Amino acid sequence: MNDENVTVVDARGSFCPGPLMELIARMKEIEVGDTLELLSSDKGSAADVPEWVNKVGHEMVSNEEKDGIWHIRVRKAK
Amino acid sequence: MSDQLSIMCVSGLHERIQMAAMTAATASVGGTQVSVFLSMNALPYFIKGRDAKPDREGEMGELMAKKNVPAFKQLFEQAKELGGATVYACSMAMDLLEVSEADLEESLDGPLGLTRFLSDAGDGQILVF
Repeated sequence: MNDENVTVVDARGSFCPGPLMELIARMKEIEVGDTLELLSSDKGSAADVPEWVNKVGHEMVSNEEKDGIWHIRVRKAK
Repeated sequence: MSDQLSIMCVSGLHERIQMAAMTAATASVGGTQVSVFLSMNALPYFIKGRDAKPDREGEMGELMAKKNVPAFKQLFEQAKELGGATVYACSMAMDLLEVSEADLEESLDGPLGLTRFLSDAGDGQILVF
């Protein structure tokens, strides 16, 4: 995976809907086509974030759990 | 969910205010037009200079106090900033508390009467916390 233009949003330790809110706040600041990688220790957010991404029309790139941390990559589509 | 959601937050208990704030934030960033009406025992937390923390209803309140749960005021502010929600103070509750618009925290959109709030809610969904 190309790591260029990927900005990490570290929301580890925060509970729902904190990680989603941190992701959205950063999403407003980046350019269309750029990718964010959300780091979250909240299991619920791992399911909630893709729901939001699909609803508002961005693109899910990947959603992987490593050692209790979810790495959720989202590309800004509009 | 309909495109419009009206939230009446009236409880002074932490769990209920937290759930109202979570709902406002999550629904608004998903594209729902959210309007929040703060009244009864929920309103005093949004008056300047009142730093009291809401009482806990039970186990969840205890757990939230220990863990890094987003503060309900922060969630209401995010609902406004990220999702375009509006948050109003009940004018009747303000009268009872003997406070004016200048006493409300800056993050609020000002006073509103219940009649206007319900009129604006129209046929949309109303949730009460």
